[in-house]
Amino acid sequence: MKILVAVKRVIDYNVQIRVKEDGTGVVTDNVKMSTNPPDDNAIEEAVKIKEAGKATEVVAVTVGEEKAQETVRKALAVGADRGIHVKVDGILEPLAVSKILQKIVDKEKPDLVFMGKQAIDDDCNQTGQMLSALLNWPQATFASKIDVKDNKLEVTREIDEGLETIEINIPAIVTCDLRLNEPRYASLPNIMKAKKKPIEEIAASDLGVDVSPRLEQTKVEEPPKRKAGIKVANVAELVQKLKNEAKVI
Amino acid sequence: MAVLLIAEHNNKELRPFTLNAATAASQIDSDLHAVIIGQNSADAAKQLSELPVVKKVLSVEGAHYENFTAENFAPVIVKLAENYSHIVCSANTFGKNLMPRIAAHLDTSQVSDIIKVISPDTFLRPIYAGNAFATIKSNDAKKCVTIRPTSFDPCESTGGSAPIEKVDASEEFSNTKFIKREEIKSDRPELGTARIVVSGGRGMQSGDNFKLITEIADKLGAAIGASRAAVDAGYISNDHQVGQTGKVVVPDLYIAVGISGAIQHLAGMKESKVIVAINKDGEAPIFSVADYGLEADLFEALPQFMEELNKLNTIQK
Repeated sequence: MKILVAVKRVIDYNVQIRVKEDGTGVVTDNVKMSTNPPDDNAIEEAVKIKEAGKATEVVAVTVGEEKAQETVRKALAVGADRGIHVKVDGILEPLAVSKILQKIVDKEKPDLVFMGKQAIDDDCNQTGQMLSALLNWPQATFASKIDVKDNKLEVTREIDEGLETIEINIPAIVTCDLRLNEPRYASLPNIMKAKKKPIEEIAASDLGVDVSPRLEQTKVEEPPKRKAGIKVANVAELVQKLKNEAKVI
Repeated sequence: MAVLLIAEHNNKELRPFTLNAATAASQIDSDLHAVIIGQNSADAAKQLSELPVVKKVLSVEGAHYENFTAENFAPVIVKLAENYSHIVCSANTFGKNLMPRIAAHLDTSQVSDIIKVISPDTFLRPIYAGNAFATIKSNDAKKCVTIRPTSFDPCESTGGSAPIEKVDASEEFSNTKFIKREEIKSDRPELGTARIVVSGGRGMQSGDNFKLITEIADKLGAAIGASRAAVDAGYISNDHQVGQTGKVVVPDLYIAVGISGAIQHLAGMKESKVIVAINKDGEAPIFSVADYGLEADLFEALPQFMEELNKLNTIQK
């Protein structure tokens, strides 16, 4: 069984986001970038399934500019076997990414495609579901537990009301929640070994997919600032303020 | 063309956020229709028809709709979509799971999790976990939009009498099988929707000490949250984590105890209506977003807080 894992390069989750003064976006120059956190869970799960002898190959794929390849290299350092980098510059909407991934699926013919449930930059939460629609495959979103069975997966999903368990036939798409596992760190020897693993570069333009944006981001602004609060002297004053001033308890 | 709202329900009744989504949908266009897809969902359909903002209800019934599988829901809505300009749904796990599947079939770039309708084609949405707001204009002929329910008030729930029209079911998608749903049975409200959240951070020093938080949460009818530091330290399970990589919450009251206020935590709670910070470090960043800050040792402050709450005659639930 072959697992394809899609990873995205995003601003590191610990970085304070700054909005550009001209309102065209957020500052990304000289900002620490990392793999989208739930994509790390997706890689970890695929590698664990391979280590358990239930998968034969884990392929990491990313779609984006030159430097996006770092995320693939990191995936290789924690156990993916080889990588694919679909090169494309500029803004990519989830619909375009899912169309590109569909082409990669056509070429690679994986049994499973894993990715994070959501990217922490645009917070869209769309790509996995869109890819599964385009392929007409079953989807298991927000996965917090995956059991591999014969030609099937049993997946526990995090839903608002609690947990839901579904069974999906392979081939299938799974989008991973943070609770799925604890991603490992890459060891130095494995980072060195990863440098020798192959990454295939494909130009998005060679895939025949129209990636032009459908949405216009007309403005990016800072959220309204909270007005400065007050310090209270003691607990009694705090409770009194909450009861009589804020009227929330 | 009218707007189509996808109702979220449990086959017996509407889920509350359907009312918030209806408000947002009616702001896009007052000609609002709503579709309800389920199994034996007539009561919920009737409830939907009573929302004054809804002009027509479309009801789709089938055994394969009982568990709200996106793979079964999407084809029905894609078919109905030819008569509508917008497809709208709440951005909770139901809508997040379903809408992109519809959008991809319609070849539409979805606008997720909007917090404001600026015009029928332009919306405001948070990005970077609310650290920036983006104004997005959709140039697609059909628009698929999900709505952050807590950013819109619920619509009136009675007084309407929209006609209910039956629509043919689609075929079953056989590669996905529902097994079970375990709803968290807790006397406490769910973290994502609670009116009050009491959260603890690394300052709690141990999992045992979280009982100080639990006690207050029980008294206030609040959900329990935690910072990533508290989760990483193993004080509490990660389904309680508030922050960019956990849950984003917008309660009426958020009480942060022993939480310094790391960027990624603030991203998950700073839209709360009233924020209280209790921390012994007066310089902690959490105080910069707090409406009421108390510089104190939490191990003294929390028992006092409980005492003060016990003195109150009434507590809003």
